[in-house]
Amino acid sequence: MKTLIAVLTVLSVIIAFWYAACLPMNIKGVLTEAERAGAEVTPVGAKERRDLGEIGLVLGNSFAVPATWAQDRPRLPAPHQVAQELWKTTGAMVLKGKMMSKRSLFYHGWVTLSATLLGFAIGTGLGILLAVGIVHSKVMEMSVMPWAIVSQTIPIIALAPMIIVVLYSIGVQGIIPKAVISAYLSFFPVVVGMVKGLRSPDGMQLDLLRTYNASTNQGFWKLRLPASMPYLFASLKIGIAASLVGAIVGELPTGAVAGLGARLLGGSYYGQTVQIWSALFAAAILAACLVALLGLIERMVLRRMGMGA
Amino acid sequence: MNIETTTQADVTKAVVEARNLDLVFPTSDGSVQALKDVNLTINKGDFVSFIGPSGCGKTTFLRVMAALEQPTGGEITVNGMTPDEARRQRAYGYVFQASGLYPWRNIARNIKLPLEIMGYSKAEQEKRVNEVLELVELSGFGGKYPWQLSGGMQQRASIARALAFDADILLMDEPFGALDEIVRDHLNEQLLKLWARTNKTIGFVTHSIPEAVYLSTKIVVMSPRPGRITDVIESPLPSERPLDIRDSPEFIEVAHRVREGLRAGHSDD
Repeated sequence: MKTLIAVLTVLSVIIAFWYAACLPMNIKGVLTEAERAGAEVTPVGAKERRDLGEIGLVLGNSFAVPATWAQDRPRLPAPHQVAQELWKTTGAMVLKGKMMSKRSLFYHGWVTLSATLLGFAIGTGLGILLAVGIVHSKVMEMSVMPWAIVSQTIPIIALAPMIIVVLYSIGVQGIIPKAVISAYLSFFPVVVGMVKGLRSPDGMQLDLLRTYNASTNQGFWKLRLPASMPYLFASLKIGIAASLVGAIVGELPTGAVAGLGARLLGGSYYGQTVQIWSALFAAAILAACLVALLGLIERMVLRRMGMGA
Repeated sequence: MNIETTTQADVTKAVVEARNLDLVFPTSDGSVQALKDVNLTINKGDFVSFIGPSGCGKTTFLRVMAALEQPTGGEITVNGMTPDEARRQRAYGYVFQASGLYPWRNIARNIKLPLEIMGYSKAEQEKRVNEVLELVELSGFGGKYPWQLSGGMQQRASIARALAFDADILLMDEPFGALDEIVRDHLNEQLLKLWARTNKTIGFVTHSIPEAVYLSTKIVVMSPRPGRITDVIESPLPSERPLDIRDSPEFIEVAHRVREGLRAGHSDD
């Protein structure tokens, strides 16, 4: 109960701050519209107001405050505007039986999600394979690990268009390029986590297997792999969020018409800030659901293995 | 008497023979002589304790026997082979200071670990698990996970794991070091019973004088810098040893000799 109150307090502070931020952010636009509609605004004329402080304008024109939370194309949409847009493009569409229409976030979300999941699967598989190689081979560690690290220092936004162009030139398009970018971002945490996990058994554990004259293979399947499970899940949670970012970024440079990235891009073309914010929230909610789902799987797997608390 | 000694001689067979064994660890600030000129014979069925302060090489010697360390000089044979050959033939059960049970396996499956690795059949695995669980008085705990057991029970489970396959040498590196005195007494008593029933050769590293004297047929006193043997004491105690034997004059005399040996090793620092 106490936790709930604390959580709600933090949430309401964020929302209050957000509403407050809407005032200075939107006041100039609101005053210009109001003046055009014939209201009395101080000082008169958009030019006069251009260089004035926003907070001063809010204080001088308190009548305009409600309007800062209700603009069509605000600089910063208010929380309830975003929530309304979210509902309009999700729940309301479902009620109308148009869940998968092109205006529905379920449709766009699914387009991004499918690329995310494919990329995540590729990235995780690749990450685990690389980690296994790195743990078992010094040469592999010295030759692969530096590249894996370097790969993550390149901003994905710079690399994504090139991946798409290169893949397009060899005839690959659609979901694959997005999944590749997604995999590019998600393999790294899996490599790092799995290398650590596969190396987590201590000297004593390895000595014990040595006294049994166990093969490297047996050591891997019976000791290293099960010991790495908690590390794997920690990495997967980071990896899936990175995958989603990758899929969204992959939608930006192509001018894609579908997907959360396309919604973001479309919103920014047409100044539809509410649409941008609702797409952002849709992405955040999607990421939260994916991470929560992984958390659930983690608990089930570890409990089955006897390691769940 | 005469007849008895001959039969004894027939049964007695050197399991471990170390001759002028040296082991030097190279470290960043010079080399460390972990073992110097170690000579020792361990016979079949012996219970040998290694006692001495930290750094005297007692654990190192145990590890050399198990082929977990390579000596840099001298010779050692186990069952007439090199330690590594003996390891490949799975001649050792090794018990470490920590139980090292896998948290993702229950006790029965932990004990099955070496059996799986060595390719025993499923039926044989079940049979052996039940046997060794009974041997360490843990029958009925096979389905429990390690965290559901006390420290002493975990260590018993790890002994059961080492007994599950047919290694005739049991090497124990301070197996009860992390346990409290009362639990330790109880486990020592159990270990003696177990040794009598299984007729294994046991190498046992310890810090504790009473533990060494109570358990062993042979006590090897070691001293550090360089790690070497200062005294080997053949215990005069009978094989039947109730816990209160520790108050007998013979026991106190052996303990005294061990203490003298340890003190002599310390005189140079």
